[in-house]
Amino acid sequence: MSVKSALVTMAVFWAGAALPQSYAGLGSSAEGFAIPQQSTRLNFPADHGPHPDFRIEWWYLTANLEGSDGASYGIQWTLFRSALAPGEAGGWQSPQVWMAHAAVTSQDQHFFAERLARGGFGQAGVETAPFDAWVDDWQMRSVDETLEQISLSANDLTFSYALNLTADGPLVLHGRHGYSVKSASGQASHYYSQPHYQVSGTLSLPDGPVEVTGHGWLDREWSSQPLAEDQSGWDWFSLRFDSGEKLMGFLLRSKTGDFTSGTWITAEGKAEPLRPGAFQAEALAVSDVQGRNIPTRWHASLPEKGVSVEIQSLNPQSWMGTSFSYWEGPVSVSGSHSGKGYLEMTGYE
Amino acid sequence: MTATAFLAILSHWWRHPLQLATLITGLALAAGLWSAVQAINAEARASYSQAAEQLGTAGAARLVPETGAIPVARYAELRRSGWQLAPVLEGIIRFEGQSFDIMGVDLLQHPQAQGLALAAEADSAPALDALLPPGRIFAHPETAALLDASQTDHPVTSMTGLPRGVAMADLSLASRLLGQSTSLSYLLILPDQRPGLRPLEELAPELTFIPARAASDAARLTDSFHLNLTAFGLLSFAVGLFIVQGTIALSLEQRRGMTRTLRGLGVPMRLLASLFAAELAAIALVSGIAGLAGGYLVAAALLPGVKATLSGLYGVPVDGSLSLRPSWILSGLAMTLGGTALAGGHALFMLWRMPLLAAPATHARGQQARRSHLTGAGLGAVIIIVGCIILHLFHGLIAGFAFLGSLMLGAALLLPLLVSASLSLGARTAKGPYAEWLWADARAQLPGISLALMALMLALAANIGVGTMVSSFRLTFTGWLDQRLFAEVYVTTANDVQGAELSEWLHAQGIHVLPRRHHDTRYKGAPLRVYGFEDDPAYRKNWPLIAALPDVWDQAARGQAVLINEQLARRNGLVPGNTLELSPDWHLSIAGIYSDYGNPNGQAMMSLPALLTREPNIPNRNFGLRAAQSEVHKIIKNIREEFDIPPESILDQATIKARSLAVFDRTFVITATLNLLTLGVAGFALLTSLLTLWNQRLPQIAPVWAMGASRRQLAAGEVLRSLLLAAATAILALPLGLVLAWTLLSVINVEAFGWQIPMYLFPFDWLRLFLLALLAAIIAAVLPARRLIRIAPAELLKVFANER
Repeated sequence: MSVKSALVTMAVFWAGAALPQSYAGLGSSAEGFAIPQQSTRLNFPADHGPHPDFRIEWWYLTANLEGSDGASYGIQWTLFRSALAPGEAGGWQSPQVWMAHAAVTSQDQHFFAERLARGGFGQAGVETAPFDAWVDDWQMRSVDETLEQISLSANDLTFSYALNLTADGPLVLHGRHGYSVKSASGQASHYYSQPHYQVSGTLSLPDGPVEVTGHGWLDREWSSQPLAEDQSGWDWFSLRFDSGEKLMGFLLRSKTGDFTSGTWITAEGKAEPLRPGAFQAEALAVSDVQGRNIPTRWHASLPEKGVSVEIQSLNPQSWMGTSFSYWEGPVSVSGSHSGKGYLEMTGYE
Repeated sequence: MTATAFLAILSHWWRHPLQLATLITGLALAAGLWSAVQAINAEARASYSQAAEQLGTAGAARLVPETGAIPVARYAELRRSGWQLAPVLEGIIRFEGQSFDIMGVDLLQHPQAQGLALAAEADSAPALDALLPPGRIFAHPETAALLDASQTDHPVTSMTGLPRGVAMADLSLASRLLGQSTSLSYLLILPDQRPGLRPLEELAPELTFIPARAASDAARLTDSFHLNLTAFGLLSFAVGLFIVQGTIALSLEQRRGMTRTLRGLGVPMRLLASLFAAELAAIALVSGIAGLAGGYLVAAALLPGVKATLSGLYGVPVDGSLSLRPSWILSGLAMTLGGTALAGGHALFMLWRMPLLAAPATHARGQQARRSHLTGAGLGAVIIIVGCIILHLFHGLIAGFAFLGSLMLGAALLLPLLVSASLSLGARTAKGPYAEWLWADARAQLPGISLALMALMLALAANIGVGTMVSSFRLTFTGWLDQRLFAEVYVTTANDVQGAELSEWLHAQGIHVLPRRHHDTRYKGAPLRVYGFEDDPAYRKNWPLIAALPDVWDQAARGQAVLINEQLARRNGLVPGNTLELSPDWHLSIAGIYSDYGNPNGQAMMSLPALLTREPNIPNRNFGLRAAQSEVHKIIKNIREEFDIPPESILDQATIKARSLAVFDRTFVITATLNLLTLGVAGFALLTSLLTLWNQRLPQIAPVWAMGASRRQLAAGEVLRSLLLAAATAILALPLGLVLAWTLLSVINVEAFGWQIPMYLFPFDWLRLFLLALLAAIIAAVLPARRLIRIAPAELLKVFANER
């Protein structure tokens, strides 16, 4: 889920005031921030916690759920950390800014909410012993230092949810040892996932509570390097096939040629990094979403694994009208493989 | 043909440029004052709604500490419980000897954040730099200029929406400047809290919830003020139309000959009338534009006074500078066009009905005059009676203004008859034929000049009325200040801890302290402040009571009763002996009512021990100190040496009084200015009427001249006549002005502010106004008189030769 970088930097936010210019031209020069290194080896549980010397970081959880009413749902819970300057300081002097997004999507409804917070005094943060990530009364909390069993909650005016997640497979490191390359010119991030969650819990919607069960996928990523300058946005897929295999693939759009990469995850949970260009995706149909043309039906292929699938969004209107806006929602997969997953698309203005 | 006819019609103005100037000036004056008032009203209203929407944090619901400050950790806990709050840290900082109120907010949470971000962006600063050292200060342009001058460490962004004197900054900077990293002053409660939250009184019992002030409070309170301004604007507009009406009628009458000729040449009447109408419309348009420009300037000049009034009387801040609104321009022009149509309609109609070959005879006005005077007076009397009935039957501000309006209009209509009657009386004193002619001539001129006299009378009466109101108010206010501010020194401490230390220290010094503690609550939806007072002979001796039970102070001291202010009493119809129900389980009997000028809200006073039993944690930061006058400065100096209290927070009685009076005087600047402008317009009306009459005067003067009166004598007579009329008008304006003052003091003020003020009389002011009216009359008559002195005898002789 790499490239949220730019998105988050833009999102370093004041409600509504987009400030790309203040970060324009950062490129790979990261102004005193740490740069992802190929030699770094991830170390848990420490790396479940925040990396304040890096500019941006997130704890990103999506889940495809089935309600007791038989309907399909998707939920999103995301905590972004964005540093205005490297490092941490106490109280109001903390340069760390936190932003959380939560959403619930059904076939014809899409609820979303946002929270902003300062680091430094406890309104938001991430701790590792035990693992606990929160903003206000939104929380992702583990029973211990691992991410094996977590509870997840978010609350807003019109919706809330409380879910329990249990992992039935190992963590997956993307790229080489979790060093994930994002462009031909070398931008990269540290990136790992826990794609094996079994989920159960309750969604509280305006029409009443719904008991749900399903599958979740957590992404952890941090970096200081946003998109390469010519990259305008990305399309990111996390697909869970009925065979037990999983595919994470992303497409970084650029005038000078798209960059794709991803990871193939076997049914046992073993990760196989894809070489650039191996994963391909093309839009089949666009929908009018909030006045924008957004592709909501895709064809994706990974020939080396015999994957050729059509991806259809559950609700084409899954627009996150947050401080920075993007499309994020559950999808269903058919073709050579069938299954479910999540799709995120940014940079469609 | 049309073009030629139009040119012929317009040629009139070449020969009478002064008349054209009068017409345009009159219309522009009318439109100008009216649009000035409208611009001010629109600006103030826009400012209220902007304040309510964007910067409404002053009235937003909030959590305040009972004592001291709120720990940041407490704020974090409340956020983690799901409450959407925005933290605020307040304090005072000094840069280069200047002190500023600093307001630290979390820019990510504060309701104003978006506005601040946009302001910073307009300053071409990356908005986020406000969160990082050296930070960024946001301030009202005036305050920003002071900040820029006195400190250079932190960039400053101007923003009109902020209150003056406040430096707003992100909490990162504010906490550094104030040296308070772990505490907050209060928490704003943001709108839209999610359902199912645990109640705040459970989560934070030590914090006090202050409910939001209704956004409409400002609009409701200030309605009366705007109605007042509108009434003034309308008065000026009407006075302006008086000027115009006469001028238009004259210009049409003077063109009767031309009209007859044009019709004789075959120009249809319909076309002629359309051309006259087009001419009027064009003049109205030009004047309207000039008036709008003038109105804009007047409004811009008056706006600071209006702001002072609104914040002084109602505690409503008005910010922002004047902006041009299209609706304002359109309505101003429409008003001018409509007014011109109204003023010129009758004259045009008369022209329309003129028989083709009727001779252009001068009206035999004198004969008709008496009948029309009687009709006007009858109508005027009816209007006044209707006004009285309205005042009697209905209550409220609108009824008060309706009464005022009908009184003024009715009196204006009565004026010609009354002036005519007083001139008849005067004529009896006349000795000799010339004096008799002078009196008779003055009466004969009445119809032509009566509209101008009406305008003069209205302006004079408004002046007397408003002047009496303001002066009575000031006199009362000064006396009230003397009563109410009986402590010699007033101290406000930064917090309760300091308050307790100060109190102890003062006791040790043997200085008598009167604590002033209050609890804010609401009564019937409106804000109510309940003060606790310690029983002290000073209260019994000084407190300005309006109505009270015999043992009011004993009852109150025992905690059995409260005193309430006049506003609360009037709004809710409470009298001593009634009960004040503050909550279902908190009833207090009312023992007395005191006057409380300048306070828009309700207030009550009760024994401090009784209040503390009910509300144990109210702040203890305000103190009144009793001391001998000679000791005051020493005490202030000692307190400042002993405690860290800024000079602004220790004030002696004289300073507070001076400041209160300064606020009061600023408050009425706008009224005084509008008053003066209206009088100016009326003076102008008199001038134009006399000038208008000039051309019709020759046939009347020539015979007198031929009989032997010198031109100098005639000129003196001209001035004398003008003086006589103005004097009669001014004398008649006095009773009207006093009734006006009574209405303002006893009806309008009570409705608008909730307090009644005794009426005082100021004869010297009347004398000044009387002389002013005479001065206006002399100035107005001087021009025609000069002409008369210099006129060639041949011109006078022509009168006998010409057809006229």
